[in-house]
Amino acid sequence: MTDKHALTAEQFDDPEQEHEASTLGMWVFLGTEVLFFGVLFASYAVLRFNYPEAFAEASRHTNILLGTVNTAILLTSSLTMALAIRSAQLSKHKLTAGFLLLTILLGILFLGIKGVEYYGEYEKQLVPGLNFAYEGDNAQSIKLFFYLYFIMTGVHAIHVILGIGTLAVIAVMAWREWFSSDYFTPVELVGLYWHFVDIIWIFLYPFLYLVSRG
Amino acid sequence: MNTSTVLQHRSYINEGYGLKSWLITHDHKRIALLYLISITLFFFVGSMAAAMIRLELATPSGDLVSAETYNKLFTMHGVIMVWFFLIPSIPAVLGNFLVPLMIGARDLAFPRLNLASWYLYTLGGGFTIGALIAGGVDTGWTFYTPYSSMFSNSYVVAVIVGVFIVGFSSIFTGINFIVTIHKMRAPGLTWFRLPLFIWANYATSVILVMATPVLAMTLSLVAIERILQIGIFDPALGGDPLLFQHLFWFYSHPAVYIMVLPAMGVASEIITCFSRNPIFGYRFMAYAILGIAVIGFLVWGHHMFVSGQSMYAGMMFSLLSFLVAIPSAVKVFNWTATLYNGTISFEAPMLYGLGFVGLFMIGGLTGLFLASLALDVHLTDTYFVIAHFHYIMVGGAVMAYFGGIHFWWPKMSGRIYPENWGRFSAIVIFLGFNLTFFPQFLLGYLGMPRRYHQYPEELQWLNEISSAGAVLLAVGYLLPLLYLLWSLRYGRIADSNPWKAKGLEWQALSPPIRDNFEDTPVVKEKAYAYIPEH
Ligand code: HEM
Ligand SMILES: [Cu+2]
Repeated sequence: MTDKHALTAEQFDDPEQEHEASTLGMWVFLGTEVLFFGVLFASYAVLRFNYPEAFAEASRHTNILLGTVNTAILLTSSLTMALAIRSAQLSKHKLTAGFLLLTILLGILFLGIKGVEYYGEYEKQLVPGLNFAYEGDNAQSIKLFFYLYFIMTGVHAIHVILGIGTLAVIAVMAWREWFSSDYFTPVELVGLYWHFVDIIWIFLYPFLYLVSRG
Repeated sequence: MNTSTVLQHRSYINEGYGLKSWLITHDHKRIALLYLISITLFFFVGSMAAAMIRLELATPSGDLVSAETYNKLFTMHGVIMVWFFLIPSIPAVLGNFLVPLMIGARDLAFPRLNLASWYLYTLGGGFTIGALIAGGVDTGWTFYTPYSSMFSNSYVVAVIVGVFIVGFSSIFTGINFIVTIHKMRAPGLTWFRLPLFIWANYATSVILVMATPVLAMTLSLVAIERILQIGIFDPALGGDPLLFQHLFWFYSHPAVYIMVLPAMGVASEIITCFSRNPIFGYRFMAYAILGIAVIGFLVWGHHMFVSGQSMYAGMMFSLLSFLVAIPSAVKVFNWTATLYNGTISFEAPMLYGLGFVGLFMIGGLTGLFLASLALDVHLTDTYFVIAHFHYIMVGGAVMAYFGGIHFWWPKMSGRIYPENWGRFSAIVIFLGFNLTFFPQFLLGYLGMPRRYHQYPEELQWLNEISSAGAVLLAVGYLLPLLYLLWSLRYGRIADSNPWKAKGLEWQALSPPIRDNFEDTPVVKEKAYAYIPEH
């Protein structure tokens, strides 16, 4: 097998240093992402503290079935991602590309379902700034809940889209046998990112769908 | 007079010619110079606004510009100075140039990301300047809601976009520095052998990557709130304006340490070199840097004493703010102890460095006034605050930035600047600065509020002194521009270590070659192994 990544980038001494640097860079970047989403979670916390009943009421209007299905899909995609990394480490090029493709498809499925959900909310006139029309005492705070709902899931969806784009590039590279047991850093890094996007969803799901059901 | 001699060796400067070779470069040193040029431009634009402000305030009646224009002027001044000058200046110019050199690396870990940072900086700057030309913004650089999100009819969104973009430039620089310092140090260069400038940039980078995303998201929320007329900050819509202030200051207080920590790093390098004495208490200096960075994240509420946050929160934030004084005082004491018994020489960088220490001390001590809950109620939003933060940020950070430029100029350009002009401008800046800003402490104490374009007659004489000082200060800032440019052509050729300083960067040629060192240096001694001459 030819190793297409023959050269270490010139600023590094050896591949190991390059690998460590890229990995640390990704972790620091994910740290910034945590704080980026942190603002939304903090805002959510403050508003939920201010309007507990309204938030409970509002969360009952989200589509819990689709939300749960989507959670399962995203978790599965994390699994296929992990398998992709594993097969890249074993220099199984086609298998790597296959698992990456599967991850991409699951990501697209996730977005599709999210779209269906959004459409449902649109039909129920729950989209602030577009057609929000809710009757009741808590209407104003429910509007805030849905505002946050759309921003949080929206920013998350943007991350999924960016992830899918990157995965596609990596998949093509894998197909063209770029990676091997000696060099699989990009697969690993995009994997880290994908798991991160998954984890964010793991927080969004209970906050937005499960606030006070049950 | 000097004749212009051609540079002898192949260096990063003559390694490729033409604009294109600069605009697509991955060399951290070239990127540093790109930053130097663009940051200088922004400094000039921001200073023009300051000049207009001071001109208006030379007389008590608002006769030069309307209240609205005045609001736009101080907003423009604040936005540009904070995000396009103070935050990037030392890290992006000196840090970019020196971090790899000081740790014996060939480049930063992610050179392409580094170039992208500069493009983002320029793009964000373009957006902001565009918005300011199109009609300006009148919210103040703090963008307080609900004014910014609901009422102001100026170009808030465009400026926010600019600040958002430049924020990502900061984040990328921060990631690059952190990874580089962790992973690319030369053999033998352990953490506690690192120059303090590296420690300072490391801590700054940590703040950059932790605080900037918060600002980016918060400002995005303001923009969305403004566009869609729904949101979480406007009380009329059920939102919480205090939430905005918390989020904003969670970034903006640590941001002042983004400005001053690198300045402390520069001052440490200069003071130890020109007193020929190893820095006193090196380890404590490093710990103090980290301490400041950490505590800096816990004190944002001191900007909100009168905002309506709970009294207990106010007391906590007041107490925590005093804690920052401890590591800051450690630094000042250790600089003093380094000078004590040193063999001091007063070259231009040293004058700037000492100016930094003095002005930072005044700024810091007056900060204690403001951190006292009760006093702050009287002083908040007066010129006392303006004077305080200018002492820290302009007296401190800008002074050190200029000092650093002079100190490393021979390394960057391969030329020596005219020393006497350097000393002269350092003194002019120091005098001009104090003349401009010291009267503002008195003005604030007498009750002159900030952000007003008129004031009562009695305060005119103090304002006139301040405006006159600003003229002197402007002259002081312009001089280096002239003689540094002059030196590029006519200055003496610098050898690799004109100051006889310690530190890896002085082992590289002046100007350094593309890969910085012929062979990776090996470090065998601790930082600042100066041999005291007494
Ligand atoms: C010639 C020197 C300068 C003069 C005369 C000057 C003057 C002023 C004045 C009068 C204000 C207060 C406006 C107001 O709130 O009423 C102000 C605000 C400010 N200045 Fe300067 N300034 C100078 C240089 C600088 C520099 C070099 C920086 C940064 C590097 C800087 C950073 C700021 C910031 C961040 C604010 C806060 C803006 C606000 O109030 O929201 N200034 N300046
Ligand atoms: Cu503060």
